[in-house]
Amino acid sequence: MKGSARTTPWRIRRLGDVALAMGTGLAAVLVLLIVAIILGDVIYNGAPRMTLTFLTQAPREGMTAGGIFPAIFGTVALVVLMTIAVLPAGVATAIYLSEYANPESRVTRLVRVAVNNLAGVPSIVFGLFGLGFFVQFVGVGIDRALYGGQRVFGQPALVWAALTMAVLTLPVVIVATEEALAAVPRELRLASAALGASRLQTIARVVLPQALPGILTGAILAISRGAGEVAPILFTGVAYFLPKLPGSLHDQFMQLGYHVYVLSTQSPDVDATRPILYATVLVLLLLTFALNATAVVVRSKMRRRFAGAVS
Amino acid sequence: MATSSESPVERPLDQAMLVGLGPSKRPSLPTRGPPPVRSSDHEHHGRAERPRLASRRPRFHALAEMAIRVLAFSSIAAIILIFVFIGKEAWPLLHDSVIGREVTLAKMWFAQQWPGYDAPEHIWQPVSEIPKYAAWPLVVGTLKVTLIAMLVAVPLGVGAALFVSQYAGRRLREIVKPTVELLAGVPSVVLGFFALMVMATWLQQVLGLDSRLNALVAGVALSFAIIPVIFTVSEEAFGAVPRSYVEASTALGAARWQTIVRVVMPAAGPGVAAGIALGLGRAVGETMIVLMASGNAAILSSSPADSVRTVSATIAAELAEVVFGGAHYTVLFFLGVLLFGFTLATNLLGEFAIGRMRRRLGGMA
Repeated sequence: MKGSARTTPWRIRRLGDVALAMGTGLAAVLVLLIVAIILGDVIYNGAPRMTLTFLTQAPREGMTAGGIFPAIFGTVALVVLMTIAVLPAGVATAIYLSEYANPESRVTRLVRVAVNNLAGVPSIVFGLFGLGFFVQFVGVGIDRALYGGQRVFGQPALVWAALTMAVLTLPVVIVATEEALAAVPRELRLASAALGASRLQTIARVVLPQALPGILTGAILAISRGAGEVAPILFTGVAYFLPKLPGSLHDQFMQLGYHVYVLSTQSPDVDATRPILYATVLVLLLLTFALNATAVVVRSKMRRRFAGAVS
Repeated sequence: MATSSESPVERPLDQAMLVGLGPSKRPSLPTRGPPPVRSSDHEHHGRAERPRLASRRPRFHALAEMAIRVLAFSSIAAIILIFVFIGKEAWPLLHDSVIGREVTLAKMWFAQQWPGYDAPEHIWQPVSEIPKYAAWPLVVGTLKVTLIAMLVAVPLGVGAALFVSQYAGRRLREIVKPTVELLAGVPSVVLGFFALMVMATWLQQVLGLDSRLNALVAGVALSFAIIPVIFTVSEEAFGAVPRSYVEASTALGAARWQTIVRVVMPAAGPGVAAGIALGLGRAVGETMIVLMASGNAAILSSSPADSVRTVSATIAAELAEVVFGGAHYTVLFFLGVLLFGFTLATNLLGEFAIGRMRRRLGGMA
């Protein structure tokens, strides 16, 4: 085959190019089409039902009327708690990797392997982990120590679902933060050190403020992921219907994704719940897309800021 | 906001940069100078404790650095805890005699003679008078759905990546890439919903299938979830092929497609393989899509038109209703260990492939 390029007739060369461009182009078009059809279907069927009352009311009459406010509330509570838990751990790991650790050392490589593998663990496995560790081990332990064995924390609850989700989103925060830290020009660190600042002072006053948009990006991406995942919370705290909003950390909660799952698989009357179902999916999609779009904007702003700087 | 208190810190830094930079770089500085100060009003707010930091330096420093070092190991801790706590719940399956009466590893993997059946069979029926825990129907179901998903996702993902990196103009690229990112952001429960409500009906009408929810529907829906994974990693791999390779090939008289097929694709091969491995791991572990679209019948068959039940969907559907610590509970955690082990293996494989590609192309760019 070697050297055949020279002898290939012009027409075959042209034909090969056209075929390859068309083939790969078709793949790209199909991918675009898939996204367009999914979005189009959800928007077309979901938009008519998306009203203010739908967003602010509780479900009524066996989920065939009313709104989804408790599910929105539960989702927000979940991701807020998750963010509080994941940010310190994720940012600290990234700071350690990019500012302290020797990139060649065995420990650093081990941390990196752990981060990459954590990102690939199936979400349902996180659900098992949350049940086995947070609920059955930590929760039951707290009950034994503080509540004399009475069941308070030793059952599926908002706090355990949030912590499970925090473990799942940890790699997202670490990767985004590390990227942001790496984008901060070295000169800034050197200048800070030259002024007599310690390493920690440099990080706290120079590096972190500069990297803040990137860290924000990571947090937003993590929230978007956390808002959409269902499998990790199946056994760690979500409930199908609750008459009251969760009032404390050890309450159960409703969640948008789980609401979609239950409504679409276990509804006794599919036609009656269908409009509500579509509108719920639309809310969930808009929520995750808005978060992702914000992350993209923040990130591109950050890139532009460093574009003129020396690296 | 806090801007006024920030500027004394920012100014000396920028001046220090002026000193550090060569004269040739100076022209770019005026554009760099102001923005950090301007944009700082939204990013610094809430950091009111700054003046206190300096006064308490020694103890605060040691503590903070200690915290950073300890928290840095959270990912390693998470991986170990996941392994330990899932393993702990699955462990009784291997040695507990009470559970052993109901289910053992051998009973899970070898065909059993059940009362009322003519021959030994693999049956998953954990909730019945005689609970049956054959793992093969679930494993085969998982493989079937995964295979269908890969058959759809690999050509589309790699093809689209090749198109974007080799043929597409800038404008087209800026349509395709964000769209794929959009797809990556769609929660899997939404894909499952779409498969269940829309795709299942379409496919049944077009192909005339018996069961509305089957391996084909679940597999195609699953491919939507892994196309972004394969696309992103492949696109990066194609982009990482050094320009000099392409130029050398073109200089030797190769046509565009010949360069792509014989130079670009082999050079990016390990990267593409890594993307496929990551996609595979994701497909095997994905839960909500298969839970909603596969029909969830544990039938041992090879037909893509039959309903299937995957390992992940089985855990999701059954764990909520089992007796804590019982045989069924233990078996479900054991299935979790299987999933965890498999995805760990595919991840390490993918990482190995990426590392190999970096080494191979290292120093060439």
